[in-house]
Amino acid sequence: MNMKQLPWMSLGALALAVAAIAPASAQQKSVAVTAIVEHPALDSVRDGVQAALKEAGFESGKNLKWQYQSAQGNTGTAAQIARKFVGDNPDAIVAIATPSAQAVIAATKTVPVVFSAVTDPVAAKLVKDWEPSRGNVTGVSDLLALDKQMELVKQVVPNAKRVGVVYNPGEANSVVVVKQLQTLLPKLGMTLVEAAAPRSVDVSSAARSLIGKVDVIYTSTDNNVVSAYEALVKVGQDAKIPLVASDTDSVKRGAIAAFGINYRDLGEQTGRMVARILKGEKPGDIKPEISTKMELFVNPGAAEKQGVKLSDALVKSAAQVVQ
Amino acid sequence: MPRVAPALFFPLLAPLPMSFFSLLGAVEIGLIFSLVALGVFISFRLLRFPDLTVDGSFPLGGAVCAILISTGTNAWVATLTATAAGAVAGLITGWLNVKLKIMDLLASILMMIALYSINLRIMGGPNVPLINDPTLFVMLQPEGMQDYIARPLILAVIVVAAKLLLDWFFATERGLAIRATGSNARMARAQGVNTGAMLLLGMAISNGLVGLAGALFAQTQGGSDISMGIGTIVIGLAAVIVGESILPSRRLIYATLAVIIGAIAYRFFIALALNSDFIGLKAQDLNLVTAVLVAVALVIPQLKRKFAKRKPS
Repeated sequence: MNMKQLPWMSLGALALAVAAIAPASAQQKSVAVTAIVEHPALDSVRDGVQAALKEAGFESGKNLKWQYQSAQGNTGTAAQIARKFVGDNPDAIVAIATPSAQAVIAATKTVPVVFSAVTDPVAAKLVKDWEPSRGNVTGVSDLLALDKQMELVKQVVPNAKRVGVVYNPGEANSVVVVKQLQTLLPKLGMTLVEAAAPRSVDVSSAARSLIGKVDVIYTSTDNNVVSAYEALVKVGQDAKIPLVASDTDSVKRGAIAAFGINYRDLGEQTGRMVARILKGEKPGDIKPEISTKMELFVNPGAAEKQGVKLSDALVKSAAQVVQ
Repeated sequence: MPRVAPALFFPLLAPLPMSFFSLLGAVEIGLIFSLVALGVFISFRLLRFPDLTVDGSFPLGGAVCAILISTGTNAWVATLTATAAGAVAGLITGWLNVKLKIMDLLASILMMIALYSINLRIMGGPNVPLINDPTLFVMLQPEGMQDYIARPLILAVIVVAAKLLLDWFFATERGLAIRATGSNARMARAQGVNTGAMLLLGMAISNGLVGLAGALFAQTQGGSDISMGIGTIVIGLAAVIVGESILPSRRLIYATLAVIIGAIAYRFFIALALNSDFIGLKAQDLNLVTAVLVAVALVIPQLKRKFAKRKPS
């Protein structure tokens, strides 16, 4: 052995010793969670993951090392969080929303990655298709079944011909929805009228631009719109335009109805997937899923203010009626 | 294999509460942002032009590069085109200011917001992924070397080349004319310098560097996203100022070096902040912790000077 190598060899030996001690200390699993930004829906996903893991027998602080980081809206920070997580080498990384998921997947080909709340994982190239990836990636999408969404629009406003949509053209998830609506609506005998709101403060003026041009305003889970939903409600009441949302929280804030994803359930679905990986399944063998649980929320009071009356059948079929 | 290599370095990092991977990640992203910092240094320091175009030219570089590579263009061509696109953005900001007499700060703000829509147009949407595409880093990665080691090495070569090129250029007659324009435009004009043209050239170089940084960021981080420009100018400025306080110098070759060091140091602060959970801090405290760490880094040299002055008396 060369004398120059000696210090390196001893470092290596020390590292091996450390590596040998670490796993022996506890039968602990580790999960690292990152989201691009703090946001009620994304936070619900995170809490859902944690709850489902607990149910599956992995409790944070006991036999689970749980770590959460938010990039606070900065993609540079998201990239750095991805690197840190890969360095920590957890048993699974949960990446919430598209930019965080892309950053994590760019950083590792070996650590299991479970994405969540990504609308179109195929377009974001997280996975090649909706089949098991055979790699290190799987996850749960919050893709909306838009035909069902439009069915709800028809139920709320039976003679709707022109559907307005307010969205942020800078948000990947929203653009996916608008593109699908462009092809779907003509088939249902309706037309789409778009209004762009690049910032939350633009939501009000975007909604105003739709007055007189639409019979109903439908919104997806667009972050800008959801955070400024009250602005939309104001326009809806003033101009008597019915509002249909796609997240159930917005119904409490003044939408007439939403057939939406419960993000807490989406998180729990993700958490169950993570638990399967912690128990030894390979992420590449698990098929990417879409949300299985959809709930109808209606708000008859808001309907009255926006100039429509909900049918009794619709109100009866709702999971929750907001008064 | 990736499990073993970082472990080998672990003892070296024992005093730092971060992993080898996290460290290399900080270096890698720091190197990319050092190109942004060099660009900001040219506009803010050399030209004294408060240029916010950066928030638009960084994602512009990413957008151009990502769309070209994902449609099959060679990564070299894509990266150079992205750099040129950034330079054109800088030129337009300069032109708005010099020819249309729009106030410098406003001209750059106009260009920044215009670029948001332009970037959406270029990408055809808010996000263009580059996951398994042939990026510069895939092409240049040496056989048998892990990507997380190859990327910082390749970036280091690019950054050092950019630095040396800038050092050389700003010592040539034209480069000196740009610096003269920034430090005293009236004097420069009296010496026969076309200050308008020099400002345009300086802005093009500055935003070209930022466009290059955007292209490299998109190629290392899995794609280009419309939101990737947010706060770029803040990070660039912070890097310039941190660098100047670590290595204060009036000589250009040291000043450019300081800017690079500043950008990497800033990323180290973020990496440290990401590992601050052991003192009871939470994810939402990240930006605050980063700000405090940078503030401390800026104050320490002053304190040192204070104490150094007191001692010899």
